[in-house]
Amino acid sequence: MAQETQNGIQDPIIRVRDITVQFGATRVLDGLDLDVKRGEILGFVGPSGAGKSVLTRTIIGLVPKIAGSIEVFGVDLDSSNTSQRRNVERRWGVLFQQGALFSSLTVRQNIQFPMREYLRVSQRLMDEITMAKLTMVGLKPEVADRFPSELSGGMIKRVALARALSLDPDLVFLDEPTSGLDPIGAGDFDELVRTLQRTLGLTVFMVTHDLDSLYTACDRIAVLGNGKIIAAGSIADMQASQHPWLRQYFHGKRARAVMG
Amino acid sequence: MSSDPKLERIAKGNALALCATGTWTASFAPVLERMVADAEKLAGSPQNIFIDVSEVAKLDTFGAWLIERLRRSLTQGAVEAQIAGLSANYSSLVDEVRRVRANPVIDSGTITITGMLEQIGRTVAGVAGTVAGLVDMLGAVLAAGFRTLIHPRSFRLTSTVHHMEQVCWRAVPIVVLITFLIGCIIAQQGIFHFRRFGADIFVVDMLGVLVLREIGVLLVAIMVAGRSGSAYTAELGSMKMREEIDALRTMGFDPIEVLVLPRMLALVLALPILAFLGAMAALYGGGLVAWLYGGVDPEAFLLRLRDAISIDHFIVGIVKAPVMAAVIGIVACVEGLAVQGSAESLGQHTTASVVKGIFFVIVMDGVFAIFFASIGM
Repeated sequence: MAQETQNGIQDPIIRVRDITVQFGATRVLDGLDLDVKRGEILGFVGPSGAGKSVLTRTIIGLVPKIAGSIEVFGVDLDSSNTSQRRNVERRWGVLFQQGALFSSLTVRQNIQFPMREYLRVSQRLMDEITMAKLTMVGLKPEVADRFPSELSGGMIKRVALARALSLDPDLVFLDEPTSGLDPIGAGDFDELVRTLQRTLGLTVFMVTHDLDSLYTACDRIAVLGNGKIIAAGSIADMQASQHPWLRQYFHGKRARAVMG
Repeated sequence: MSSDPKLERIAKGNALALCATGTWTASFAPVLERMVADAEKLAGSPQNIFIDVSEVAKLDTFGAWLIERLRRSLTQGAVEAQIAGLSANYSSLVDEVRRVRANPVIDSGTITITGMLEQIGRTVAGVAGTVAGLVDMLGAVLAAGFRTLIHPRSFRLTSTVHHMEQVCWRAVPIVVLITFLIGCIIAQQGIFHFRRFGADIFVVDMLGVLVLREIGVLLVAIMVAGRSGSAYTAELGSMKMREEIDALRTMGFDPIEVLVLPRMLALVLALPILAFLGAMAALYGGGLVAWLYGGVDPEAFLLRLRDAISIDHFIVGIVKAPVMAAVIGIVACVEGLAVQGSAESLGQHTTASVVKGIFFVIVMDGVFAIFFASIGM
């Protein structure tokens, strides 16, 4: 895998070219290009309503686009057949903004749901892997038999992450993972994403509003504005940028507070 | 890139090495599990065993956990089995799974006699709870109604009109169609059987009395319970799930006044209208069949109908409608507000709303039948 990471620099895991998404008369994404490199944590920012979630949902195929192409793991999602697509879906995990846990299943069943579908392994192994995943996301084994409605907001996010990681994906999409968490919880979550990325060799695509996450967790930052990527690069590049929204975002009151 | 995983046993001096090779990932999990289960049988052998993972091409949580599981089962007493040849890339992953507590707690769902008795007891207590809930809601709705009478400004007209459109206006086509068809069927069956006695014309009596007193309102009430009662429960239930009702409360609004009262009022106004339209459609359908199938021409039909039925029959039918509407509305709102956090609970309560709604409608109909019989109507 170490070697893959080396090669990955030339070989993006997600390649988005020229995609356009329109809802009625409003064009949300307008000829957008984006590459996500293997093994990196890409932080994705932009003003509210700029289409960050729409881009995520377009890549994972929940929102139809009117033009452009999307390749994930080198598979063009438009021209792929069902089994190729299945294969790609097996290799990615998605953490939705509200968690999207299945409300009628327990935590254990939620995490085991993809395993049951894709892997033929014993119940014992599934239970043990579930415990491993729960430990990894920092939850106690006791929560396994609770229902999502009995969990706090932060626990829901962690369980949702455990479910997203249940098949050991190569790529995870996180839609605002730290929104609604207290600053300590959010900091833990960033740390967790970092640790998991290191241990599992994940590629992480993270939509976020959280400046702390950008500073502590992300390798690279992409900024969405006017339906396009207006800037992409390291946090230092962002701070040096002269773009008015970026200047406001990275030099505003809150940004200064984060930088200390 | 991926190669089949293997676990080979190689003797090294007086120690036994279990050499893991190939891809140890989720895709190979079934094979891996079998191999590890096989190797676990070595536990208890006098040899010194260690696990060599230097040849593993790829490792994920599944592979790492299985290696950890093997290590744990081979560990005897104080002598820990060792993992050798761990590359730096994977050591953090292996450390991570080492923290996992083994023996997951499995909840046992065994059925015991006391458990079954407890279940029966809970169900019986639940019936009393249901009745109490209905009475509670009735009281709350009436209290909200009186408050609205005193402060007419707090009445939500727009909402009421909106619900009137949903439960009355939009229900007209389906209600008229179904009652029309039922009217046709009653007339056809009546003529078919009465003809044997040469009593064709009495089908008009039967149709008139049956439709105006019973079928019209009962059928429409059942349809409304299925159509609008379920919608009320689903609406209120999903609002409950998304904390919208809690939000209303915190803003100082009474959910009964804002959500339940307009719905109840719309239903209480809608059902008599629908019952009237339904009865007319059923009479029309019956008349049509009597004419085309039974040879009773429209003039004779109307003449006979005028003799057979009085305004009492119509009143008996229509008086029941608002009461049945109130029962359906109360059941639907109680069930809606009882929804818990899960999608399954929403489904259960919507089902319960329709089933209980129809049940109470029929019970009410029976009570009315006894009442009207004793006052001689």
